[in-house]
Amino acid sequence: MELKDKLVSSFMAFENMVDIDAPVHDVRSEAIKSFEDLGFPTKRDEAWKYTSLNSLLKHDYSVFPKQENSLEFSDVKRYFIHDIDSYKIVFIDGKYASNLSQTTHDGIDVCLMSSALSKPKYRLIIENYFNKAATKDSLSSLNTAFSQEGAYIHIPKNKIVEKPIQIIHFSSGKESALLLQPRNLIVVEENAHVQIMERHQSLTDNAVLTNSVTEIFANKRAIVDYYKLQNDKPTASLIDNTFIKQKRESHASVHTFSFGGQLTRNNLNFYQEGERIDSTLKGVTIIGDKQHVDHNTLVHHIQPNCESHQDYKGIFSDRSTGVFNGKVVVDKIAQKTNAFQANNNILLSDKASINTKPQLEIFADDVKCSHGCTIGQLDDSAMFYMRSRGIPEKEAKALLMFAFSNNVLDSVKIPEIKQRITKIIATKLGVDIGFDL
Amino acid sequence: MSNKYTEDDLREELKTKEYEYGFYTDIESETFPNGLNEDIVRAISKKKEEPEWMTEWRLEAFKVWKEMTEPEWANVHYKKPDFQGISYYSAPNSKPKYDSIDEVDPELLATFEKLGISLDEQKKLAGVAMDVVVDSVSVATTFKKTLGEKGIIFMSISEAIKEHPELVRKYIGTVVPQKDNFYAALNSAVFSDGSFCYIPKGVRCPMELSTYFRINQAGTGQFERTLVVADEGSYVSYLEGCTAPSRDENQLHAAVVELIALDDAEIKYSTVQNWYPGNAEGKGGVYNFVTKRGLCEKNAKISWTQVETGSAVTWKYPSCVLKGDNSVGEFYSIAVTNNYQQADTGTKMIHLGKNTKSTIISKGISAGKSQNSYRGLVQISSRADNARNFSQCDSLLMGNECGAHTFPYIEAKNKTAQIEHEATTSKIGEDQIFYCNQRGIDTEKAIALIVNGFSKEVLNKLPMEFAVEAQKLLEISLEGSVG
Repeated sequence: MELKDKLVSSFMAFENMVDIDAPVHDVRSEAIKSFEDLGFPTKRDEAWKYTSLNSLLKHDYSVFPKQENSLEFSDVKRYFIHDIDSYKIVFIDGKYASNLSQTTHDGIDVCLMSSALSKPKYRLIIENYFNKAATKDSLSSLNTAFSQEGAYIHIPKNKIVEKPIQIIHFSSGKESALLLQPRNLIVVEENAHVQIMERHQSLTDNAVLTNSVTEIFANKRAIVDYYKLQNDKPTASLIDNTFIKQKRESHASVHTFSFGGQLTRNNLNFYQEGERIDSTLKGVTIIGDKQHVDHNTLVHHIQPNCESHQDYKGIFSDRSTGVFNGKVVVDKIAQKTNAFQANNNILLSDKASINTKPQLEIFADDVKCSHGCTIGQLDDSAMFYMRSRGIPEKEAKALLMFAFSNNVLDSVKIPEIKQRITKIIATKLGVDIGFDL
Repeated sequence: MSNKYTEDDLREELKTKEYEYGFYTDIESETFPNGLNEDIVRAISKKKEEPEWMTEWRLEAFKVWKEMTEPEWANVHYKKPDFQGISYYSAPNSKPKYDSIDEVDPELLATFEKLGISLDEQKKLAGVAMDVVVDSVSVATTFKKTLGEKGIIFMSISEAIKEHPELVRKYIGTVVPQKDNFYAALNSAVFSDGSFCYIPKGVRCPMELSTYFRINQAGTGQFERTLVVADEGSYVSYLEGCTAPSRDENQLHAAVVELIALDDAEIKYSTVQNWYPGNAEGKGGVYNFVTKRGLCEKNAKISWTQVETGSAVTWKYPSCVLKGDNSVGEFYSIAVTNNYQQADTGTKMIHLGKNTKSTIISKGISAGKSQNSYRGLVQISSRADNARNFSQCDSLLMGNECGAHTFPYIEAKNKTAQIEHEATTSKIGEDQIFYCNQRGIDTEKAIALIVNGFSKEVLNKLPMEFAVEAQKLLEISLEGSVG
């Protein structure tokens, strides 16, 4: 059976399993209808011109997990940022793993989507925010239809969360092929401040496809820092749909580090619904083999006097493919908008390819919008300079590549995350040097 | 801008004229009934006394076209033309062809005069050989003799089909195949006339070749076909200019231009496009759906320069296929849209050979309620070692009801490729205006000055005669958009 048909027909079973009286029942039913109409995107869709899901859709995925699995902390410790204190929301095969997690209701809510969807005390927030930012495209709809579990984070007014929150999804490999659809909702009220890290990790070589939706609401003057670390197994694929709605004077930034996985698609959407908003979208992609990473970003400037900054760096070797499709839309009334977009790529192999499309759609006249995009190689003279001073080729290359991506790393606010990423980059480049020279 | 023509003149001009070239000459036309079917295609071919292979070629294109649907991906909105409501052939009545200019229908000559392209004047002053195309049939060709001495063939394509069938047959459709796209297929099936130019080996064409297109008969679509072949080591500069009379009904223009630059050859193709853009309410205007493409062999160079100020809807991507090693492609464009005009224009640079280079400079100016899009593709194939591209797309917005859009596609499959793309969008800076005002230059003039400066990189690439006309057009097009 085709995956689409399988999903549509399992929806009934899913509905019976979860609480059918829940207020989101209608939202789910509507979502499955729009998924049924749209189906999976194909290369004929402009937004999917360079990314084909065909190879992923042929697996016979287990659509929802049958049993609970548990893991020992010591086995998976290395996937955590463990050298700092943090809140943790951990899932194994889509089910909450309480022994690995550390949630709280003390002043802030860092807990589970399943309880937020079912408990009456969250009803108002769910009504106001759930599925209010996500678009109705096929994959987001699919996620909405099966939305049940994920992270629920609510930071009330004037609250600064003193330690970061880690959201980690493990897949244990008990199923031969697993489809995960986590659904996260993050509401940050006025003046509040939160830092969040998200990671998806498969523990075996069995196929995993994650279709995740995260909705983030940054209210007045809120500050949200979000870090996505994508360093999964070569058999795991990720479609990450993130929607961020910002109110006036809020700052939101999303850093995406893509090193692993078979196919990674990041749909990152920012909607600026107030004045003097700042949005930051940055990413580093370093991939090889037959990996495929696609960044599809949208920044919609709806109100005047806002800024957006995009900076994506990519290094592609072997037979890997990179896609960057960045779209900036400036509405007619969004005067005095400053929107910047940069996409720099290095191709290291003739089999690797990069397709980039930095797109501007501007309807206001008093704006400063620019985008720049480059594709190039490592500088021969810089290489020669280092080689002539006794730095071996591999290390010299690594240094150059690290310097290339440093712009993005520089704006990471949590030093431990930065260190971890630096280490991953070193491993990825096959060198054993620290980069803090 | 030359000293003779000042901003004051411009303002005076703007007050008095709406569309300078909006007139209609009543020449008895021989027009086919509306609609398109196989018989019409055959009839066009027969009318033009074409050989069998050409008729077959057209029919082939027509078959493909029937299967195709109109493309909708462009960022333009318009009422689709009714392809069965168009007459596919219209030729000025006076036959046969003339050997001297005196024989030409005087009414037609008057038309040329109004357009400022009087043949006599052109001959004497500009030194430009003109292949004048009114509606569909080429009625006069000048300087043919001078060109003939060098072995240069410059004639209407229908003549070329008769006189040099081997050349036409060898090259037509090689760069833009019949089934390339919807409008190219339509053009291939029904093209009425156009220009053909062949520069022999090692010859440098001594003058700028030029052709003017004009739509002159109500409800006739214009389907021009241009084929320029520059043989090894030759050089040619080709100018194409367009003006069209004022009409209420939307008119369709679907031309195909093919350039072939063989080894070491160079072709410079410049266009000033000023079809009727519709009136200030967005009524009427020409639909300009053009396929232009050039093929570069080894060490060859093709350079496209365009100034697009007219047409209600423009859909045009002059492209270069850089097939040979060391070949060079260039694209310089200014697109101005005002009132309700829509333009979706740009280029494609397909790098296939080694050490190929391409440059894209695109300047978009939108005013009024217009929408101006740049859409471009830079593609580096895996065999194109050391390919180099530089693209720059700047947009200038005037007024808050217009839009500027950029859709650059960049696809690289070679690790030695170097590609840079940059785009900016801005409005005219208040500080720039202030600076000018302070020095006694009023706002209107200041804006003209700044727009000229903004477009300078492209204007500089135009041949002299065109540059003047282009600057003038630029300012006329932006009439009333400042304030």
